[in-house]
Amino acid sequence: MKDFRNIALFVVLVGAVPLFTDSGVMLNFVMTSLYACLLSQAWNVLGGFGGQFSFGHALFFGTGAYVQAIAQMQWGLSPWVALPLAMVFAAGVGAFVGAASFRYGLKGSYFALVTLAFAEVFRILATSVPFTGAGVGLMLPLKESAANMQFGSRAGFIWLMLGLVTLALCITAWLRHSRFGAYLQAVRDNEDAARAIGVNPFSVKLIATILSGGLMGAAGAFYVQVFQYIDPGIAFGAHTSVEALVGAIVGGMGTLWGPLLGAVSLHILADLTRNLFGQLPGINMVIYGVVLIVIVMFLPRGIAGLGTTRPLQWLRGSKSDGDKS
Amino acid sequence: MLDFNILFPSVLNGITTGAVYALIALGLTLIYGVLHIINFAHGASLMVALYGVYMLKQHFGVDPYMALPIMVPAMFVLGYALQRGVINRASHGKDENILLVTLGLSIVLENLALLFFKSDTRTIETAYTLTTVQIGPAFIALPKLVSFAGALVVSAVLLLIVQKTDLGRAIRAVSKEKQGARLMGIDVDHVYAMCFGLGLASLGAAACFLMPAYYVNPQVGNGFVLVAFTIVVLGGMGSFAGALLGGLLIGVVESLGGLLLGESLGQVGIFVIFIAVLLLRPQGFFGAKA
Repeated sequence: MKDFRNIALFVVLVGAVPLFTDSGVMLNFVMTSLYACLLSQAWNVLGGFGGQFSFGHALFFGTGAYVQAIAQMQWGLSPWVALPLAMVFAAGVGAFVGAASFRYGLKGSYFALVTLAFAEVFRILATSVPFTGAGVGLMLPLKESAANMQFGSRAGFIWLMLGLVTLALCITAWLRHSRFGAYLQAVRDNEDAARAIGVNPFSVKLIATILSGGLMGAAGAFYVQVFQYIDPGIAFGAHTSVEALVGAIVGGMGTLWGPLLGAVSLHILADLTRNLFGQLPGINMVIYGVVLIVIVMFLPRGIAGLGTTRPLQWLRGSKSDGDKS
Repeated sequence: MLDFNILFPSVLNGITTGAVYALIALGLTLIYGVLHIINFAHGASLMVALYGVYMLKQHFGVDPYMALPIMVPAMFVLGYALQRGVINRASHGKDENILLVTLGLSIVLENLALLFFKSDTRTIETAYTLTTVQIGPAFIALPKLVSFAGALVVSAVLLLIVQKTDLGRAIRAVSKEKQGARLMGIDVDHVYAMCFGLGLASLGAAACFLMPAYYVNPQVGNGFVLVAFTIVVLGGMGSFAGALLGGLLIGVVESLGGLLLGESLGQVGIFVIFIAVLLLRPQGFFGAKA
């Protein structure tokens, strides 16, 4: 299939980067871009394909991060065992939140708010209970070796991250072509019609939340391995939720490569403005915010929609979308 | 274990804090409850208003309460212009885009504040900042009592506008049936912008009541956003009386939570209530059944 062939090509191209350069700036850029891609792609599974706008994906990110740290420090597990465990726990939290929300028929802005509130509850709990290190956070001991998933060079982290991004891309490609993916998109586009033809919207959305949560948990686990530190603000703060959804929406929701494009472009933009205006606090983020608004204004279908939108249409701002809300 | 002399001041303190929350939620219940716009720039807009009050006091010596006739219209104009010029234009009326645009807006506003004012926390001094009033065994700061009264007045004014004026009728019509309202000759874009203007105007009032007893920094709005949404949902979308009661309730829950569970865990009560209401009664405790 074409999608899987493209994914393979992507893996080969990105995976080869560390073989040709040892520039720290370049490798760091590739690693953090891949990380941003995973966040956006994880959000895309539920938000883009499922149409469920989570505003609290940090909930799954933080769960994954804490499980990764606690499994190593308190249960003495290898990080290679901890990583799938972190994904399972995050997926489990996804199952819990999804089951609670969809059982009661929450959708739209209500779902956005309930996920945001769940993330906030977890943040406060993580600040208050002892096994998360409370407000101080957890610091992973430095033991550099591949067995400890603490690589001496960025290359190891890049290949690990590339593996996770590939998993996310494969899940997305599967959503595009499988029966389940068709159900999910049908529920997104018209839940009542989907129900009428025999789709069970509850279980379809629940599975999407579990997949999305698991991928987000992997991003959290990866974060812990790279920075070797986690605290409640980093884990469950709104920043990660925002990064995930902005990348996906700006790139193009419900597409295979959109979230990747969105995450990388926003990443480049953030880097660029930080380098240009780093001496003035705030100005880089002002530009980031303005560009975000301008992108929404002129690219209603995201960057991935560029190819399908005629230039004149996006100058006018496609009036036909105006009354949909 | 808990005697009246500890409980009463805590509840009273919660009510006055809740009045401040209610003031902030009143504007949001108009924007989110009536127009269903998730305005993530609400906290940042409050921050802008607080800086406005701060600047008026520091540079022109205007007392925060005397700043009301300046801040309310100024914030109204800002709200009208933002909705008409940026939010509506950029979002093409789509929900997910409104989310993004208001998010972008809050990033811009917060970081402009960071650029101009640095990240310092600023307060102002007035003659009455430290004045307290004794009620039974409790001592309550005078500015908090004033903001309690302010919350009552602002909700009454908003209620009157929505119930009694032509604009109010237009707002209610648009919230119920946008297409129908448009066919009746109502300028929907104008009504949306007026609503947004009113929402921010009440934030302008909130800032005047808040500033004497509070502080301002670029991130000050963040702490209020989720609390304000909680109150709006709790109170029933678009209900001003609900927002007022919901605000007071949340204030008391936070205050008692802090007393019983400790400072950091105490806030959990707010969000647990929020989640419970969203799941079990999304039309709100005080809202009519949808």
